Amino acid sequence: MKNSIAERIADFLKNFPPFFSLTYAELVGISKEIQVVHVEKNHILFKIGDKTHPFFYVVKEGAIGLSVTSDAEEALIDKCDEGDILGLRPFFAKDNYLMTAKAREESLLYAIPIDVFKPYVSQNADVLNFLLESFASNTRNPYDKENKGKLISENVIYTDQNSEIQYFQPISYTKNPITASRKDSVKLVAKTMTNSKIGSVIIQDNNLPVGIVTDKDLRSKIATGLFPIDIMVDQIMSSPVITVAENISIAETQMMMLKHNVGHLCVTVDGTNKSKIMGIISEHDVVLAQANNPGVLLKQTKRATRSKELKAVREKLNDLIQNSIDKNIPIQHISSIVGEINIAITKRAVELAIEKMEQQPPTRFAWMNIGSQGRKEQLLMTDQDNALVFEDVDEERYDEVKKYFLELAEKVTKTLNKVGYEFCPAEMMASNPMWCKSVTDWNKQYNSWINKPGEKGILMCSIFFDYDFIVGDEKLVDMITENIFANIHNNQLFFAYLGTDALKNPPPLGFFRQFLVEDDGEHKDTFDIKSRAIMPLVDAARLLVLSQDIKGINNTYLRYKKLAELEPQNVDLFESCADAFSTLSLFRTEEGLLNSNSGRYLNLNELSKSDKVKLKNAFQPIRDIQDAIKNRFQLTYFT
Amino acid sequence: MVFDWLKKVSKDYPKFWENYLETFENKPNVSDQKRYVVFDCETTGLDHRKDVILSIGAVAVIDSSVLVNDSLELFLKQELYKPEVAFIHGILKEGKEEKIVEAEAIIRFLEFIKNATLVGHNVNFDIEMINQALKRLNVGKLKNDSMDTDAMYQKFKGLQEDQHSSLDELCKILKVEKSDRHTASGDAFITALVFLKLKKRLAIK
Repeated sequence: MKNSIAERIADFLKNFPPFFSLTYAELVGISKEIQVVHVEKNHILFKIGDKTHPFFYVVKEGAIGLSVTSDAEEALIDKCDEGDILGLRPFFAKDNYLMTAKAREESLLYAIPIDVFKPYVSQNADVLNFLLESFASNTRNPYDKENKGKLISENVIYTDQNSEIQYFQPISYTKNPITASRKDSVKLVAKTMTNSKIGSVIIQDNNLPVGIVTDKDLRSKIATGLFPIDIMVDQIMSSPVITVAENISIAETQMMMLKHNVGHLCVTVDGTNKSKIMGIISEHDVVLAQANNPGVLLKQTKRATRSKELKAVREKLNDLIQNSIDKNIPIQHISSIVGEINIAITKRAVELAIEKMEQQPPTRFAWMNIGSQGRKEQLLMTDQDNALVFEDVDEERYDEVKKYFLELAEKVTKTLNKVGYEFCPAEMMASNPMWCKSVTDWNKQYNSWINKPGEKGILMCSIFFDYDFIVGDEKLVDMITENIFANIHNNQLFFAYLGTDALKNPPPLGFFRQFLVEDDGEHKDTFDIKSRAIMPLVDAARLLVLSQDIKGINNTYLRYKKLAELEPQNVDLFESCADAFSTLSLFRTEEGLLNSNSGRYLNLNELSKSDKVKLKNAFQPIRDIQDAIKNRFQLTYFT
Repeated sequence: MVFDWLKKVSKDYPKFWENYLETFENKPNVSDQKRYVVFDCETTGLDHRKDVILSIGAVAVIDSSVLVNDSLELFLKQELYKPEVAFIHGILKEGKEEKIVEAEAIIRFLEFIKNATLVGHNVNFDIEMINQALKRLNVGKLKNDSMDTDAMYQKFKGLQEDQHSSLDELCKILKVEKSDRHTASGDAFITALVFLKLKKRLAIK
């Protein structure tokens, strides 16, 4: 019998995987058994712990959010919209749902009976593969990298943001440690320790730990002459050895060491000294475990005496970023921590350079980071952009003073380059005579940008409006700031040009909501997330804060937050821009960490469908903010 | 039995009608979910005395779901055929769909709807068309309760009784995607979606 409704549903399904792998007749057959379910906004389709439904669902219209609960907080982990599949759990498990599906908009879903669809899964390899793959891509979200390749609804591992305290992470330890048996001579053991450059040896009997000998034992018991050097090691070993199980946290490790007043712990299979030795944890491991701790990194930076040490800090910083992203720490927090460490590194580089110079600075100066460093948005190793300002001096001294600071800047930029911040290809660095000058000269420079904005001038200047004081005398930077704001106040021409500049990159979606990709060159068919999505938001934020006389907020996210505070009528717009900026930064950072590059070009083919949706959702605010700018600065005539 | 003679004097109805009437005698269980049937008739015109049914589309709604596996789609053989309306609903006199005579269509329709609440857009017209066909079979009128999506929308919006909305308008307002318009099944399905949304908004069980 004819069934037009089923045909209509089949017409929809055939556009989406895995259904397009089936014949039309099969789809109509499946569609005849479907129920169309209506879910109102904020109503729940199923929640964690609910018995599984005899259906899985395809979103026809609207959007369904999937979330898990962690410490009484709901955490959205995926959003399904048109054509997306959800609720696959009953295919694989008989127990209850592990996620909550809640309508984010009024939605219509096609409920496909599991029993009806099952035969197609087993008969059709494409369908099976799609289901397996979609689980894999579903898990491509920052919360559970560890579970790649597993079904999201199968295996929800969610690390709560608040539980992010490194001390509760398991400590890593030395596996298969060097051991000695109790009848070995002290001398032999000491030789082994010296050759292997280790500070302790576990004494074993039949692979069970019976004691431990450390440097301290050798010092206090042998070197003092208390025992002869030829005795067997069990005479001087500390016994029993303190044993722990694997996966002990850093905090627990420290507690155990303090409690038993020891510097080493022995890891055994079950945590007692009646099971096999697995490894050893030393105080050094505890220190290492905290090396990714921002505070430790800052301390190391301050104590660094060579560029090599700074480089080590910067490399550890990458691990810190990756860990933080894995642990789902908001990108904004990561940025501010990384920003502080970047500043500390730069500051230390300047201090080290001054030490290397033969004489102290001839006058007061300030080192500034500009561009993304100035905005504290630099998570990845990108170029260095910086500038230097020095106090006004007599004309006859000017050349000599400038020469000193150029030389200083040269040293600093070289150090930074060694650390990993590459030289700026456009030479926007303090070592360039253009960007190393006195307060008066800087004011002249800014005034020419502000009052005679030509397209080229604006292009050059926009990053100079994001500057951040690093080291030296901050008053000099304040003088520049005052001059800028005095000059831009109500300066319509300047804002019109800056506005035009901010609009030069339109929202990156084509007419059919497809991504605009690069047409040619080495990045063909990749998506330039920096210039197409991030920069438009950065430019818009800069323009708006300048026009609002907001001083001292350089960070794009914080700028939008501040704007939202100042203009309650536009709070939605600015909040959405702040969120979009965070999302985009996260994408770029992940891409950059993955490929050890600047993360600027995204390979769209490697993005999952849900990531693409997330990306596209972040583009809407770009369109909105650009429209707002067009109106506010009356740019219709300029564009 | 005392009442047997009563049954005897009552008109001797055909079996299908007896079966239909029986569905109303069963007291519904409290746990039974209420079944709605959303339906639409394509007709040769709007005059229920002269025009006849070309096709019937019907689909069941329970709770917040449209049950595609509980649906009916019928195409009727017809004597009266107006070529000028064919281009609207696309049913040609000798179309490729399997066609049945009106009597069979009505019998299958009654078997399908049972005692469900009938739902349609301007449902009274469709009910009247069915009633006319029932009359030709010498049986009574439809006994089902009915709900009209136009009236539901009036109630939802607090509109006057003379302020009517077309199905197209409701689709637009309630964001129901239209396609397959002007086939009975297509309209029945769209009406079902409109009904689901209005039902939730009016908190009808």
